[in-house]
Amino acid sequence: MEHTHTIHTPLTEDICEGLRAGDRILLSGSIITGRDTAHKRLAALLADGKELPVKLEGETIFYAAPTPARPGRVIGSIGPTTSYRMDAFAPLLMEAGIRGMIGKGKRNDAVRDAIVRCKAVYLGAMGGIAALMSACVKKAEVIAYADLGPEAIMRLEIEEFPLIVINDSKGGDLYEEAVSRRV
Amino acid sequence: MNAIREIPCDRIVDTVRELFIRTNTDLGDDVLSAIRQAEQSEDTQLGKYALEKILENAKIAKDDSLPLCQDTGLAVLFVEVGQDVHVTGGDFNEAIQEGVRRAYREGFLRKSVCDPITRANTGDNTPAVIHTEIVPGNTMRIIAMPKGGGSENMSNSVMLLPSAGLEGIREHVVDMVKKAGPNPCPPTIVGVGIGGSIEKSALLAKKALARPVGEPNRSDPRLAGLERETLQEINALGIGPQGYGGRTTSLAVHVEMTPCHIASLPVTVNIQCHVARHGEAVI
Repeated sequence: MEHTHTIHTPLTEDICEGLRAGDRILLSGSIITGRDTAHKRLAALLADGKELPVKLEGETIFYAAPTPARPGRVIGSIGPTTSYRMDAFAPLLMEAGIRGMIGKGKRNDAVRDAIVRCKAVYLGAMGGIAALMSACVKKAEVIAYADLGPEAIMRLEIEEFPLIVINDSKGGDLYEEAVSRRV
Repeated sequence: MNAIREIPCDRIVDTVRELFIRTNTDLGDDVLSAIRQAEQSEDTQLGKYALEKILENAKIAKDDSLPLCQDTGLAVLFVEVGQDVHVTGGDFNEAIQEGVRRAYREGFLRKSVCDPITRANTGDNTPAVIHTEIVPGNTMRIIAMPKGGGSENMSNSVMLLPSAGLEGIREHVVDMVKKAGPNPCPPTIVGVGIGGSIEKSALLAKKALARPVGEPNRSDPRLAGLERETLQEINALGIGPQGYGGRTTSLAVHVEMTPCHIASLPVTVNIQCHVARHGEAVI
């Protein structure tokens, strides 16, 4: 089995450089959520040089929109959406400080290059295990774009989120390695 | 000849509500047993790990009545209405929309439907997509399929050359799954609709996904063969559970077919993630 790392946010250059595609991660600490429209808005503000509603320096962003929380629960079910829809914005956000991205599915070359250049990391969360991941969320709060409903930017406190390194800072790509092993 | 039977709209509302809450929290035995079987035969550690987590998640979702996936889907329904049914006390289509509305509100399911241009959320997960068919009899069969967006995005309809034949169709389907890679949350179920017009092929592909997972096409042995061979080729791609590598890229391929125009060969590939939610009720 590949390495299993127990990691606490914020992710740093050092932490990211120690991760390899295929490593298992249990991630704890504070992260933010954001997906399609939130990315579009953040990128537009960055392009205009305007202030962002959330600081991106050293942040880890989870491409996710949970189900509503039932009374008495911190959050509903939560899991990753497919990441390629954020590819157009991800390099810009990494340049602005994002260190970690959590999602599922392939990234394009521009994103993979930016991960190497910015010494960042792309972590895969499993799709379709959102009830299990819900139990790893200890606190959840909407911090921006509440008008987007489930797609608002939230701050989450997580404990031992089960993740896999997909793209590492050395250019490793688990998805490509997985397929090439078969050929 | 059946006597006319009355079905009140209230009953339709309640049935639809119950179906969407149940399918979103309780994974069917067909899917569970397919995943258990795959977990036994998976040969990569990460692939096995992913399948174990999927099974663990299904248990938590059922025990805690939590949605299996945060994407609780676009509400797709197939409704077979007996020709001797008389719907009373309201509007049939509106009754279904109301059932969906209540399920997503009262079941704490995510509202995932929006205006295609402004992306403004409709707020109650309507409109549902309703496919109604008039059939003999005096009952109403409702099949509910909450359909996730990630796997739907990896689907398409094409017009192949009529000369493509079974081999051309198989190559096309395998190629679609290969290109989709990890994106649609493998292990997937691949629905294939062949023939008819372009929209008919899409409808057949969707309907193929409503079949119990792994149940072969029983109407045409050529299609059962196509399902088997296509699945074998897909699982030799190495994509594996969640794209982490392995032999379980798809759990099943389901094919449906109908005759088409002499100039055409419409084919739709509709991909379904491993959270293959479908349930039915007969009123």
